[in-house]
Amino acid sequence: MAQGMNLKPFYWGLGVVALGGGAWIWTSMNRGGVEMYAEPLAVSETSGAASFPGYVKGSDAALVEVNEYADFQCPACALFWTLTFHDIEERLIRTGQVRWRFHDRPIDGSHRFARMAAHAAACGDEQGAFWPMHDQLFANQAAWSAERNPERTFRGYARAVGLDVARYDDCMQTGRFRARIQAEAEAADNLGITSTPTFVIGRMRISGAQPYDQFKRLIDSLSAKVAPSR
Amino acid sequence: MATATLALAGFFVSLYLWLWKLGVVGSLSCGPGGGCEYVQTSPYAMVFGIPVAFFGVIGYLGLLVVSLVGLQPRWVQRREPTVALVVLSGAAVGFTAYLTYLEAAVIHAWCRWCLVSAGIITAIFAVSLVGAVRRGR
Repeated sequence: MAQGMNLKPFYWGLGVVALGGGAWIWTSMNRGGVEMYAEPLAVSETSGAASFPGYVKGSDAALVEVNEYADFQCPACALFWTLTFHDIEERLIRTGQVRWRFHDRPIDGSHRFARMAAHAAACGDEQGAFWPMHDQLFANQAAWSAERNPERTFRGYARAVGLDVARYDDCMQTGRFRARIQAEAEAADNLGITSTPTFVIGRMRISGAQPYDQFKRLIDSLSAKVAPSR
Repeated sequence: MATATLALAGFFVSLYLWLWKLGVVGSLSCGPGGGCEYVQTSPYAMVFGIPVAFFGVIGYLGLLVVSLVGLQPRWVQRREPTVALVVLSGAAVGFTAYLTYLEAAVIHAWCRWCLVSAGIITAIFAVSLVGAVRRGR
């Protein structure tokens, strides 16, 4: 078929496809990486909804604060929790280097139970157990996401983490944190956060289930800037 | 030529999904629905502990090499490259059909990039099959 044919134009065409593909991959890698804000973010902006500062883990004295915007039904958020967060917790939060602030950013279109899960976690927080509920929700995400209505499953998690189930039921039935979750979602929208998980670290923003090393690098660079001024 | 171009396109699609799996690509451009991430984080996205997308990278690379070899003067009149393309892409179509079935019946989510790859591999199989039949005449 190709005998006697000049293959040069074909190789050029293939080269163009290769260049286009390479450029696409390169752009995707950088888009998922670090985005610098043109202007520093004010503390009030990164703290989420005006009246609610998010769920905090770590020391008030930590030099660096990481704001995580996540959706309990987002698979990449669960992946981040599974692969990276334990390392961060063990090596950066417990050692006092980082303060972690979790914000609800439910993605309504695709994750129909995201708000229910966020509300279950808020009801856990009411009894001082946000993080155990957070862990349960991410650890079992694949199971409850596939259910028709995970309400009873969430109740099971509430029981498992030692909540007063009657209080939890009342909290869920009255939906008293719905408005707060909505405010958090709007605050995230105002910051231009449309995908989850997104992390705001100082003036930097990263998105996706990034590995520990990426966080460590950014946090170290920020600590180095902040430390001498103290 | 068509199979080489398609294989190169498939290679980049698989590479994109594999790099996401490795955490190098931050978020998948999947449109509304997030099915790509759901499928890619399901247990079915790994076979023997290796991401399925990695098999795609290797497979498409193999198809690209065979396609390019088949264009060389020494091989252009021989049937082997075309037969190899039919066999390799046929096996890949079978595997892809199984993965697509898993998306539809087990995972209940659609990964658009996986469907793009399914379209590419089906086209490679069809083109190489037509080539093999023509050569057989």
